[in-house]
Amino acid sequence: MDKVYSDATAALDGLVFDGMTIAAGGFGLCGIPELLIDALVESGVKDITIASNNCGVDGFGLGKLLDTRQIRKMLSSYVGENAEFMRQFLSGELELEFNPQGTLAERMRAGGCGIPGFYTRTGVGTMVAEGKEHKAFDGETYILERGIVADLSIVKAWKADTTGNAVFRKTARNFNPPAAMCGRTCVMEVEEIVEPGALDPDGIHLPGIYVHRLIQGEHEKRIEQRTVRVA
Amino acid sequence: MEAKELIARRVAREIAPGSLVNLGIGLPSMVANYLPAELGVFFQAENGVVGLGARPPEGMEDPNLTDAGGGFVSAVPGAASIDSAMSFGLIRGGHLDLTVLGGLQVDAAGHLANWMVPGRMVPGMGGAMDLVSGAKKVIVAMLHTQKGRPKIVPECTLPLTSTRRIDLVVTEMAVIEPTEAGLVLRETAPGIGVDDVRAATAAALIVDGAVPQMELGQPAPV
Repeated sequence: MDKVYSDATAALDGLVFDGMTIAAGGFGLCGIPELLIDALVESGVKDITIASNNCGVDGFGLGKLLDTRQIRKMLSSYVGENAEFMRQFLSGELELEFNPQGTLAERMRAGGCGIPGFYTRTGVGTMVAEGKEHKAFDGETYILERGIVADLSIVKAWKADTTGNAVFRKTARNFNPPAAMCGRTCVMEVEEIVEPGALDPDGIHLPGIYVHRLIQGEHEKRIEQRTVRVA
Repeated sequence: MEAKELIARRVAREIAPGSLVNLGIGLPSMVANYLPAELGVFFQAENGVVGLGARPPEGMEDPNLTDAGGGFVSAVPGAASIDSAMSFGLIRGGHLDLTVLGGLQVDAAGHLANWMVPGRMVPGMGGAMDLVSGAKKVIVAMLHTQKGRPKIVPECTLPLTSTRRIDLVVTEMAVIEPTEAGLVLRETAPGIGVDDVRAATAAALIVDGAVPQMELGQPAPV
C-alpha cells in the first residue's frame, strides 16, 4: 500500500472527526509536526483531546489550534510558555490533565505496545495520584497509569523510506516515537523521503509498521531560546 | 559573590566522578560551569540526550539539538540521542545518579514542592516528578528565602512534587540534610552564623556540635 501523500491536507483526508483524540510528537517547539498542525487548523475539526508534552507557544505549533478554539482538552506535562493557553485554562474554556513527563511518554509507549496500564512510583503522594489505584510491590507504593491509544498520531521525523521506516535527528526525536506508536492511525511528516533500502535497517529508530501515511515538506523549526556561547 | 553562583559552586562539589547528572532549568544548570572537565561527568537532558555539551558558539546552533529549556546546546563525544520513553525509563529505572532541581518549598520531612502555586503559577511539573521519584540522589538548589519569607518550612503548603525524601538542600546560607530525625544543618556559608540560618528557616534545624563553613571548590568558570 502506498503510504506517501502529496501534502498534509491530503494525508489527513478521512481521518479527522470532532471529539477525536490525537497524540502529537515534539518537545517544546523541537521536532513538532508543523505541517500536520497547520492542516488540522485548516480542517476545522473541533473538540479535540490532544496528548502532547506541551501545547506550542502563542501562534505557533499546537498554539495555533488554541487560537482557533479547536482543542477541548490537553494531556501535558508543561504548558508554561503560552499566554493564550493559560487564559483559556484559567477561564475554564480548556480542560487540562497534567501528566508527569515520563508518565506521559510511557502511557503512549504502553498504548502502542498493547499494555493497558502500568505501575509507577512517579506521582505517589501528589495531586497526580488522586483517584488512581495504589499497589505495593516489594514494600514500595506505586500508582496505576493507563496506556493511551489515540485515534490519530501526528509526528515529525528527519527521514523515512516509503514504507515509513523513520530516522530522527538528535533531540527532535523526543516524544515522536512513543506518540507514533499509540495512534490507531499515524501520519508522519519528514524532511526527506527515500527509497526502501536507502536506510540501514540497524539505524531505523521507528519501524514503518507504526506509520500509515507519510508526507515530505519544508519545516520552519522555530526555536524557543536562542542560547549561544558568547566568545 | 552572587548568591546563585555560591549555590552552584557548592553543589558542584557534590558531584561524583563519572556520574550521570540531570540539571534543572535556571539556577541548577549553572552547576555545570563549576565542574572540572577531568571529572568525566555526563549530563542528561530529559528531552532526549545523554552527553549534553555547552552552548554552541554563534553559527553552530542546531534546531534539532536543544536542552529541556528549549535552548541550543551541543553534544559531547560519546553522547547518545534517545526518545522520551527511553529518557524517562532510565530516570524511573534508577540509572540517573543525581538530579539537581530548584525548589519553591522544602519541608521538615524532606519533601519538595517545586511545580505549582495554585491559582497563580500552573505551568506543570514537566519531568520534575519523575526525576525526584527516580534519581538515586536529589539535591535542591534554591535561594533560602523568597521576598524574605522562608522556603524551608515545617510542612509544604504548596502541592508536592514527590513524597520521596530529598537528599540535600543547598542555599546561599546553608547546606541542610533532611534525615529521618529532621533537617540537619551541615554547613553555613561564609559570614553566616547558625542563628542567621535559624532566623531565615521556618522549620526546626538540628545542630550537632560545631557547624563547619561551606567549601566552594572551583572559582569562576570560562
